[in-house]
Amino acid sequence: FMQRGLDSQTKKQLEEEEKKIISEEHWYLDVPDLKEKESCIIEERSFLRCEDLVYGRMSFKGFNPEIEKLMIQMNSKCKEEEIEEDDKMEADVSDEEMARRYETLVGTIGKKFLRKRDQRVLKDDDEDDEVEEQNSNTRPNKRAKKMFLKPQD
Amino acid sequence: MAAERGTAAEALVGQVVLPGDLLLLPAHYNEDAEGERLRLRLSAGAAPQGRLLCGPGLRRSGAGLLVTKCGLLRHRPAGGGAYWVDSQQKRYVPVKGDHVIGIVTAKAGDVFRLDVGGSEPASLSYLAFEGATKRNRPNVQVGDLIYGQFVVANKDMEPEMVCIDSSGKSSGMGIIGQDGFLFKVSLGLIRKLLAPKCEIIQELSQLYPFELVLGMNGRIWVKAKTVQQTLIIVNILEACEYMTAEQRKQALAKLSGN
Repeated sequence: FMQRGLDSQTKKQLEEEEKKIISEEHWYLDVPDLKEKESCIIEERSFLRCEDLVYGRMSFKGFNPEIEKLMIQMNSKCKEEEIEEDDKMEADVSDEEMARRYETLVGTIGKKFLRKRDQRVLKDDDEDDEVEEQNSNTRPNKRAKKMFLKPQD
Repeated sequence: MAAERGTAAEALVGQVVLPGDLLLLPAHYNEDAEGERLRLRLSAGAAPQGRLLCGPGLRRSGAGLLVTKCGLLRHRPAGGGAYWVDSQQKRYVPVKGDHVIGIVTAKAGDVFRLDVGGSEPASLSYLAFEGATKRNRPNVQVGDLIYGQFVVANKDMEPEMVCIDSSGKSSGMGIIGQDGFLFKVSLGLIRKLLAPKCEIIQELSQLYPFELVLGMNGRIWVKAKTVQQTLIIVNILEACEYMTAEQRKQALAKLSGN
């Protein structure tokens, strides 16, 4: 078919012959174009797409917490307005408590990584940033530390 | 056979239709005018965008819809409009996309055979579970209950099920746990129970904590804390198909009183 050493002319001739053959063999409809109605009707055998059905797995009164979460998730895909309400209801810990806990948490974990020098900060009960504490409270702390407390007899 | 004169689809919404009835649709669903069919009215309202959905119980025939099942005609105007026939039957025919409860009847190599209540057992591949690989096979035994959806379901092929959705997550599908009670109801009741705000489910949820799985093939699985509570819920669900709302409320009042 594609032979080496063929002259460009003979190649062209071959190609032209092929094209002719192909165009004769190509089938085409002689029938006058029937107006193809683009039907606007889709047939559907499933009820799921017609009606608005809820998800089939349900759990009530906390019998299966995973499924209850799933219920809210699946059903909120349909009704997005209820998502906000549900989030508020679900929070066991209020936002204020979370904020308080988080503050203390940052302090406690931060203290873990303090160097010896910075451990003066440990004496303070404040939960401010370590930098501020170091700057403001080093002097009184130095004095406090240097005082030797006599052990009581 | 002479062409029947059909009636406009909108006129029959909510009424009983019988197989053989022809429903005509408003003109904007049809591209060219066929002089033979009478157009009862040209819809004066806004033309719905998109295509009309012709649901179960209806078939496309020329310019209108032909009814194939008897029942009530329902209509949903949203999303391009949809018409379907709300019919009642007990026998399930597998439909693609339906979530059903199947019972494992056999393990054939890599594939489980499930009984879904149709004419043929459905097949479920062991890889169609979340997190399943060739080494990590799901622990499925004969007799287990599985909640999955159909991925292939037509009259020419054996139905196939999977337990994951299109994004690969199980989203609640898979093996249904131990205990509980499985029973069969008619398909119409299942659809009633799955309606968005179903009173039966709401009233039942006030009674006891329990878990419920509804399969579109008419099977319901219930699990509550004690056997007695489970049986009470089962009895209510079976009976509520034929009870009126007041009878149901009386029955529930008696139970919550006890």
